[in-house]
Amino acid sequence: MNKRIPPARKTVIAAAAALLVTAACTPAPKEQKIADPGTEVSGSVELWHFFTEREAAAIDTVVKEFENAHPKIRVTVKAGQDDSKMTQAIGAGNGPDIGLSYSTDIVGKFCSSGAWVDLSAYLKRDNVDVNQLNATTRQYTEFGGKRCAMPFLADAYGLFYNRDLFTRAGLAGPPKTLAELTDYAKKLTVKNPDGSLKTVGFLPLFDFYENAGAHLAPAVGAKWLTPDGKSAVGTDPAWKTLLTWQKDLVDWYGYENLRTFRAGLGDEFSADNAFQKGKVAMNVDAEYRLAFVKDQAPTLKYGVAPIPASDPAHYGGGYVTGNIVGISKNAKNPEAAWELIKYLTTNDATIVKLANSLKNIPTTTKSFTDPALAADPDFKTFMDIFANPNSSTTPPSSSGPAYQETFQTFLTNWQAGKVKDLDAGLADADKQINSVMTLGG
Amino acid sequence: MRLRRNLTTLSFLAPALVGIAVFFLYPLLSAVYFSFTKFDLLTVPRWVGPANYRRMAEDPFLLQSIRNTLWMVVVFVPVRIIGAIGLSMLLTQLKRGAGFFRTIFYLPALAPPVAATIAFVYLLKPGTGPVNTALGHLGIEGPLWFNSPEWAKPSLVLLGLWGIGDIMIIFLAAVLGVSPSLYEAASLDGANAWHRFRYVTLPSIRPVILFAAVTGVIYTLQYFDQAAVAGSIASGQAVTGGGISTSFGYPEGSTFTYPLWLYTAGFRYNALGYANAMAVALFVVALAVTVILLRRSKAFSGEDQ
Repeated sequence: MNKRIPPARKTVIAAAAALLVTAACTPAPKEQKIADPGTEVSGSVELWHFFTEREAAAIDTVVKEFENAHPKIRVTVKAGQDDSKMTQAIGAGNGPDIGLSYSTDIVGKFCSSGAWVDLSAYLKRDNVDVNQLNATTRQYTEFGGKRCAMPFLADAYGLFYNRDLFTRAGLAGPPKTLAELTDYAKKLTVKNPDGSLKTVGFLPLFDFYENAGAHLAPAVGAKWLTPDGKSAVGTDPAWKTLLTWQKDLVDWYGYENLRTFRAGLGDEFSADNAFQKGKVAMNVDAEYRLAFVKDQAPTLKYGVAPIPASDPAHYGGGYVTGNIVGISKNAKNPEAAWELIKYLTTNDATIVKLANSLKNIPTTTKSFTDPALAADPDFKTFMDIFANPNSSTTPPSSSGPAYQETFQTFLTNWQAGKVKDLDAGLADADKQINSVMTLGG
Repeated sequence: MRLRRNLTTLSFLAPALVGIAVFFLYPLLSAVYFSFTKFDLLTVPRWVGPANYRRMAEDPFLLQSIRNTLWMVVVFVPVRIIGAIGLSMLLTQLKRGAGFFRTIFYLPALAPPVAATIAFVYLLKPGTGPVNTALGHLGIEGPLWFNSPEWAKPSLVLLGLWGIGDIMIIFLAAVLGVSPSLYEAASLDGANAWHRFRYVTLPSIRPVILFAAVTGVIYTLQYFDQAAVAGSIASGQAVTGGGISTSFGYPEGSTFTYPLWLYTAGFRYNALGYANAMAVALFVVALAVTVILLRRSKAFSGEDQ
């Protein structure tokens, strides 16, 4: 037998060896064990969050208070960390004890892959009632029966409207139905002498500012996913209602006119925001816009209201999302991590303090009604939207935002008039979404 | 003795070899391995054979991104080369102020791509941008530039032309390096300016053109920053962090290049196996184009440059 290894075989062996090395670098899952009730927690714990500057300082204050209340735990805070850094760190086996993210899109993957541990055992041991958490926030913090995240303040979306422009158009209150929204939008729209758009009542393009499909879905109660995690955009008739309504309004303006108008508008997060400048009379936005308006357009007279609904019976809601916090599977001190998470997400006084400084909505029943919460009438409107049963969120998925962004592509084609047959188009979108959702898993 | 000499050579080469192994070969082999797996950075990769490559055949987003990237390769690379040659020819003709103009035309290449793109989008912004205002004074109604699916890619080409300094400087050196005696000889033979360019300059700078073509194709195949930033800024949703991919390709997918889809699939949709397959395919295409260009050029010029 010839012992010489042929060159081709050598390459194969080298490649196989390289693959083994690569494969070995990926950590294996770890068994989860938690301490007995009453065990004293101590040691150091690391928290990564995405906040910067003023907001980061607010976190530091609360963490300091936590340390005072738990003298045996020391917290290291790392500000300005984003999701991809955290994912890589966890994948490499060096995840922070606690991660705080702005994106509910990661929950599906982090739960299903076990990157964040299931918190159920901790909740049960410490008798923490999850029902004190707002129902919508409960939805976006669990996936596949695993509660691997806790909500850390929330955002609610509603409709901002310009009171001055409303008065000029002879309109009193905000529109409550989509039909009214169209009607008001037409009345509020002003054209230049050359026929171009000067002021737009409501700019219905799905890729404008916060008009994403997700934020408008509550207007018609549209569902994203079926119970088995497949796309529902083709089967839920609510989407058709929303899209038909939207296209009618787009066509009233003329797609080209809207495109030209919109191209001249300022950036959403700059002082040139079209709503703040009075270029757009009604706009979908979240409660954080209140702080922007106060800062960038203090003289603007505006009102806030829930998203208009297709059916008046479903009025009152809006899109809800929020920050989430969880424990890495390779946390060095999961017990202390849990102690801090519990403090941040279930201690009502802490939540009120955070809500007041970050201007986001508190998530527990008691903090919601706490008299110490600084809530003016506008903020209160967003709190009502947040608590309304017609509000909804984007469901977690193991492929993250793939289903929303794939549909968003369909929506931009739709409004541009590239989709001739809506039923066929939606059925096709279903197929594409299902296909993209399986790319990763 | 010979062994010793080999070892000495090897020891001198070692830093480079280690660098190539760690930063090129290892990542490349890993990418090839991961391209045959389902992989999300968080769990153990699962071997799926050629499934990712098969998926590429029926992926509409991939098709769209390939179309956009091919458009850029076909238009941007030649335009860049022609622009750089033209500019360097002009600069060699200057009698006075050559240094000044060389500096001026080179400077944009030093601007960070992200900053340059943001500035460009604002300059070309319809409604408020100075370019369309100036065009308006001339009675021309400017296009929507980065806000129009027809004009978004040409606008990116304009941006690339503005930052042409890096290859212009190489062409300038090449044009200046052409021996004056050749021009003299040509003139004596009655060649006019076009003839001198066509039969003297062009053949002399052919290796540089080849270099610019090869690097240009590779650069354009990896076109990411400018497309991502232009889409985000033009859409008016300049968000940071995780939400960035929502504005990728704006408007109407016209700036959705291959690397943008690769990034989105990998880091947004957790399909890193698929993203690796796309990366490997991109590597193969870039290599193939390079080999073809080099081969053709040799056959074309009949010399081994």
